Amino acid sequence: MRTNTPIAIEQENKSTWKFLLSELKPKGKIFTPFNIISVPIILAGLVIIVIRFWKGIGSVTNLTQDIPWGLWIGFDVVTGVAFAGGAYVITFMVYILNMRKYKSIVRVTVLNGFLAYVFYAGALLLDLGRPWNVINPIIGNNFGTNSVLFLVAWHFLLYMIAQLIEFSPAIAEWLGARRIRGILSGMTIAAVIFGITLSMLHQSGLGALYLMAQEKIHPLWYSEFIPILFFVSSIFAGLSMVIFEGSISHKVFFSQISEKNHHAQKGIILGLAKICAGAMFVYFFLQVLVFIHDKNWVYINTPMGYWFLLEMIGFVLVPLFLFYQSYRKNNVFMIRVAAILTMLGVILNRLNVTVIGFRWDMPVRYVPTWMEIVVTLTVIFVEIWIFRWVINRMPVLRDAPAWAKDKH
Amino acid sequence: MSINRRSFFKVLGVTGAALATGEQLNASPQNVPDKEFYGVLYDVNRCVGCRSCEYECATANNLPEPPDDIEPDRKTDEKHRTVVNEHNTSKGVFYTKVQCMHCNEPACVAACLTQAMYKTKEGPVTWRGNKCMGCRYCMVSCPFDIPKFEYFSPNPKIEKCTMCFDNKVQNGESPACVTGCPNEALMFGTRRELIREARRRIAEQPDVYTDHIYGEHEAGGTGWLYISPVPFEELGMKTNIQKASYPELTKTFLYSVPTVFVLVPALLAGIHQATKKSHLKEEEDEN
Repeated sequence: MRTNTPIAIEQENKSTWKFLLSELKPKGKIFTPFNIISVPIILAGLVIIVIRFWKGIGSVTNLTQDIPWGLWIGFDVVTGVAFAGGAYVITFMVYILNMRKYKSIVRVTVLNGFLAYVFYAGALLLDLGRPWNVINPIIGNNFGTNSVLFLVAWHFLLYMIAQLIEFSPAIAEWLGARRIRGILSGMTIAAVIFGITLSMLHQSGLGALYLMAQEKIHPLWYSEFIPILFFVSSIFAGLSMVIFEGSISHKVFFSQISEKNHHAQKGIILGLAKICAGAMFVYFFLQVLVFIHDKNWVYINTPMGYWFLLEMIGFVLVPLFLFYQSYRKNNVFMIRVAAILTMLGVILNRLNVTVIGFRWDMPVRYVPTWMEIVVTLTVIFVEIWIFRWVINRMPVLRDAPAWAKDKH
Repeated sequence: MSINRRSFFKVLGVTGAALATGEQLNASPQNVPDKEFYGVLYDVNRCVGCRSCEYECATANNLPEPPDDIEPDRKTDEKHRTVVNEHNTSKGVFYTKVQCMHCNEPACVAACLTQAMYKTKEGPVTWRGNKCMGCRYCMVSCPFDIPKFEYFSPNPKIEKCTMCFDNKVQNGESPACVTGCPNEALMFGTRRELIREARRRIAEQPDVYTDHIYGEHEAGGTGWLYISPVPFEELGMKTNIQKASYPELTKTFLYSVPTVFVLVPALLAGIHQATKKSHLKEEEDEN
């Protein structure tokens, strides 16, 4: 078999261009409901992005001198990255703890995480006033090593590379590059270990960004423990996203998934629900500790206090209970409900820290413009388009080709 | 023997003293005092609200002239680096000048990932456009809300008071607002001199001034110092500013980073090795 490989590669090389060109063409139906909704929004979003670079950020957003970070940072970057946390949790379980049960969802989760970082962290470029200087902290003009944002920026970059390495065997299988695939999959463990460490630091780092805004964030959401709370919540935020996305993928890409993996799906979801319940219990416990430690009960009987209770009870305790119950009762539907509630809770939490609780005492509150929302939707839709394109071509949900089965 | 116990000690003592003083002389500072941060003392009691400083600032920094008729409680913005506001207080009408405080350990400088916000060794905090990427994290971090952003420009700048570092202080001159003040409400000097002067004024007229130098301890100490006849909350100034510097708040997190970077990968690699064997076993079972 080995002797045949060089010839096979030579033949592949000749047709690679033709192959890539043919793969660029759309597969499947064009007029699907998703396409009909997403295409006009993406086009509108692109127009708004042009206006933003032409007339300035203020021409399309409601940002002010007092509220310099809005939806694009608070939702796209801070919330989007929390949802991408599934990748480091799943790779930890599969590669570090060797829980082989979850192996079938590693690729799709890493792909999702990678695209989330590329697009949601990429949305940061839209929010930068002087984006042409974005390489400055990378090339050393200058290294602002005292800055939490410096750490986060470097970690985004390095983690994207780590995730690309983790996912790259799938790309090699798609292109039929056997030898390269061997090299790339040999790098997986190193990338995973590096990636988990980076994730721990920048998931918490996104919270640490707000540590200096001590007087600006409502005391119910500000504490010196924001980094730890952000890190712990990224675990169940990411896993809820995995459950949610998995449920949709199993319907939309039904034909790609092997019989065996279809049957494994339920066990995977139940296992993830158990981990979510555990992580959420830790999170809730930490929130209670912070609440007592900061003597926050004086704020409870205020509108912001009720809002805080809604977040903590409606979107942490309730889904925590649902996860726990559904695991005991083997109820996948209940898990999906819990996952959606958890995701809403994470969105609520991140927005409370970054947007709603930020400058809660200002007479004029920040509300995003419709244009900020359209741009956010554009980012999400383009990401889904790319995701679908990759799923339909590379062995992500479907099994790897026979030649690529792991020997070790 | 010509040397007895007593003379031995004498010689020892003299030699020792010579060595000690010799060393002392070598170690003494060579007439180069440490650079001290410059700052400005603003005396609310002397300010008559003429707003000359606003006009001088605009001229010195090529900014549009400030408006003639003014609203109460103005803030600095991307076109005005300083404003003077009128306040009705318990002791009558007083004025407050608002501008960058030029903190000793500025939050904006610690926040900046490209060191575009820069604390010069003379004290003024300046902005360097060739480094800035416009992320506005300085604005999020500054407890005094000083850095302002040009939201309606495709090539936006961060605007804030630079204590006239480039055009005045660097050449040994005073900032434009200080030289333009007709009533000597503003005084330029090293922070140490200014605190001494502020203490003197408070001590000489204890019935006129409140016993508080705003900026001596606020945010870990600031370059601009305020003294006033009325408590500072009556002048619309932020009084919830912490005494420690703001970069202290992120120190614990940043210090934990190297530890995590060393310990976590080692731990993960260890767990991976430990679970590897069972992995092989399962693989065999599958086949």
